[in-house]
Amino acid sequence: MATLELQSLTKNFGATSVLKSLDLTLASGEMLVIVGASGCGKSTLLRLVAGLESPSSGRIILEGEDITNRDPSKRDIAMVFQNYALYPHMTVAQNMGYALKLRGETKEEIAHKVAETAKLLGLGELLTRRPGQLSGGQRQRVAMGRAIVREPKLFLFDEPLSNLDAKLRVTMRAEIRRLQQRLGITSLYVTHDQVEAMTMADRLIVMEAGRASQIATPMEIFEKPANLFVAQFIGSPAMNILQPAEAAFANIPANAVIGIRPEHVALDDNGLELLIDLVEPLGAETLIYGTLPSGQRLTLRRPGGPPGVSTLRVSFPQDALHIFDTTSGMRL
Amino acid sequence: MERRTIFPGKLLPMLLIAPQLALTFVFFLWPAARAVGEAVTATNAFGTSTIFVGIDNFTALFADSQYWSSVWRTLVFCASVSLIAMVLGMLFANFTDRNLRGKNWYRTFLIWPYAVAPALSAVVWVFMADPQIGVIGRYLGPNWNYGLNGAQAMGLVIAACAWKQVSYNFIFYLAALQAIPRSLVEAATLDGARGLTRFRTIVWPLLWPTTMFLLVVNLVYAAFDTFGAIYALTGGGPAGATETLVVKVYEDGYIGNDIGGSAAQSVALMVLVVALVSLQFRFLNRRVQS
Amino acid sequence: MNHHNNYLAHTVLIFGVLLFLLPIWVMVAGATQDAAAIARGDISLIPNIHGLGIFWHALFFKGVASAGYPVWHMLLVSFTMALGIAVGKIAISLTSAFAVVFFRFPFRRVMFWTIFLTLMLPVEVRIIPSFAVLSSLHLVNTYGGLTLPLIASATATLLFRQVFTAIPDELVEAARLDGAGPLTFLRDMVLPVSRANIAALFVILFVYGWNQYLWPLLVASTPAYSTIVLGIVQMISPDEMTPWNMIMATTTLALMPPIVVVILLQRAFVRGLTDVDK
Repeated sequence: MATLELQSLTKNFGATSVLKSLDLTLASGEMLVIVGASGCGKSTLLRLVAGLESPSSGRIILEGEDITNRDPSKRDIAMVFQNYALYPHMTVAQNMGYALKLRGETKEEIAHKVAETAKLLGLGELLTRRPGQLSGGQRQRVAMGRAIVREPKLFLFDEPLSNLDAKLRVTMRAEIRRLQQRLGITSLYVTHDQVEAMTMADRLIVMEAGRASQIATPMEIFEKPANLFVAQFIGSPAMNILQPAEAAFANIPANAVIGIRPEHVALDDNGLELLIDLVEPLGAETLIYGTLPSGQRLTLRRPGGPPGVSTLRVSFPQDALHIFDTTSGMRL
Repeated sequence: MERRTIFPGKLLPMLLIAPQLALTFVFFLWPAARAVGEAVTATNAFGTSTIFVGIDNFTALFADSQYWSSVWRTLVFCASVSLIAMVLGMLFANFTDRNLRGKNWYRTFLIWPYAVAPALSAVVWVFMADPQIGVIGRYLGPNWNYGLNGAQAMGLVIAACAWKQVSYNFIFYLAALQAIPRSLVEAATLDGARGLTRFRTIVWPLLWPTTMFLLVVNLVYAAFDTFGAIYALTGGGPAGATETLVVKVYEDGYIGNDIGGSAAQSVALMVLVVALVSLQFRFLNRRVQS
Repeated sequence: MNHHNNYLAHTVLIFGVLLFLLPIWVMVAGATQDAAAIARGDISLIPNIHGLGIFWHALFFKGVASAGYPVWHMLLVSFTMALGIAVGKIAISLTSAFAVVFFRFPFRRVMFWTIFLTLMLPVEVRIIPSFAVLSSLHLVNTYGGLTLPLIASATATLLFRQVFTAIPDELVEAARLDGAGPLTFLRDMVLPVSRANIAALFVILFVYGWNQYLWPLLVASTPAYSTIVLGIVQMISPDEMTPWNMIMATTTLALMPPIVVVILLQRAFVRGLTDVDK
């Protein structure tokens, strides 16, 4: 497995700038997850690395070699697609062995490698089937296998789990992560699902409008979001953003807003009164939605069941506050 | 319609498209240009000099009452063939689109005439209608002789050409009927529509785009593909009674060697086809949208 | 569906089947009978089993007045012509549609519309000028002359373009990342994926080629290139005195190949036909 380096990578489609001068270094064996809303440029980034689009400027360096203008077939990069993109007329074994065959490996070699990978993924029984005869989860696994069997320098994942149902998605998420760590696969993984991003990433890029808002480990991003966008994008329910109008805040600069995660809001008999308008019991915990005296909305996450009252008194612990500049949105 | 992913390279695709482009130039554009060229020029009897005559050939053509009677004849012929072939095709398709015993057998037996050459359908009809040997023709009495009677000749040519074309319409109507959601027909049944009422209010409107499409295809077929049938059955006769426009082009241009006049006819036919095909594309677009 | 309606349906459909089968039956039964009896107007609808040999003899029949090539030779010419048109048209349409869909190159649109234009000019319309062009290329009485002008047409290109456009982008991308170049992709992905369409198109084009009449009439002026359809029309012309049973037997032989192809590949053909004209 190899390192990947992107140097001021930029992509414009006509007048629209989709990717704005991105710099990034991926260590060998690292899983880097790119998360962002649709249209933020995350898929474009992936396609640039794969060679399916060519950058407007900047360089892509894989294992020390400049591959910016190299044909995708010569980059030794494998990709797992959102809709799997399995070859419909080939069996599972042929799907997995296709790249090896084009590479000129012998039949024995191919059969051996395919069998190994199939065993790893539990696909042994399915090798003679065609994609049309497989379930969604099985197709996903074949798509993984097709990438793994090549032993490429780099793996790209383009929202690989978004076509699976919720339960299967959780299982496959863990399975991909386990495989990736065990095989030490250097990976770029694109998703719009922040839970997927948090659970799978060694490091995370949060993208907004063609720029990397923040590149850091998931916990760093969760604990110290670099700006308002990241703060609200990561974490569910989203972080509360309050104007410092409430009397409860001291020492806050005039041109700043305050963020506090729903689970960090404290119950405090001397605190502000919160008028509850909706309670959502989730079992182990409960989400409480309400309004503060200033009219601002607040969400709370509390362990246990519903509180059984119509108002609560809340306060905001100083060490749980995130303070952002109003105009730039940057963390202060 | 445009793909996101393509292959790089310019030379390879040009090599790949070259054969078809070459054939198109040699066998379509060149003849078409030649037809236009010949239509606006005249060559003297020795073929030694050619002069530009503008629209003279067209003026002569459109002043020729024989040409106009051929146009009229072609219209009657095309309309009759299309109507008969489409009505029968739809009738058979409607009865095949049900849970009927032997449905697949019926389908096979109704599809195969598609493979019959128009010229051979004429030959087959000779065995049926010939006044001496025909299994039907010999009982039709002394007044039945399509070799002498123009109206009878026209009727026979229409029958032979329509007979062969029913299958085509059958295939398309069957496909269109199978595309109508069952729930729609069931809903209409629950609303109290039965039999002919259901066909008229639900099925027929949904078949309308297919009908318009088939109308153009059938008109084009009747106008151009039927040369063999007409030529084999009647040779355009008796006395020109079955001489459609394509037969006339062949007679004047190849047998009669009237280069300018036949070229003017070719150009007129091209204009006609362009009009018909454009019409077809309008209906096709509508069909795609519906 | 009530029983009354089913009886009606069966009646109508049996009428249809008979409408198509009866003329063919008359022809096949007639072929086995005595030529003189047929000429008198005494065709029986019951075939004469002893006359079945006529279908074999017909293969070697050379016509009466013209005494040209035997029927088997005409069948061979028709078969070669139909096969040439089907294979040739599929080949050039496949590659040109592949170029138009999977590449960007200068004048791509102009080239495509030029090909598209040919949809507007069936061979019957441009028959005389096409023949003139063919003569100046010395292609009269050659297989090239019989097939090439009929090969160049846009229908198959349009169909393949539609089929190729429907191939998902991701499939192309996956193949490219797996190391496939354009020609490898054509061989390993495009051909297998459009196999059904190719089969359907083959049926349609084979029938189209086999059934040609007007074009061979001009181009095949020597009997060596006479197709079976030409030959039969020649046989029924008044100045030929061909025995009726021989005409009927030959017509039966001429009808069989395309009908067999259509019935055998019925499913692919019906789907292909409704696709082609969309």
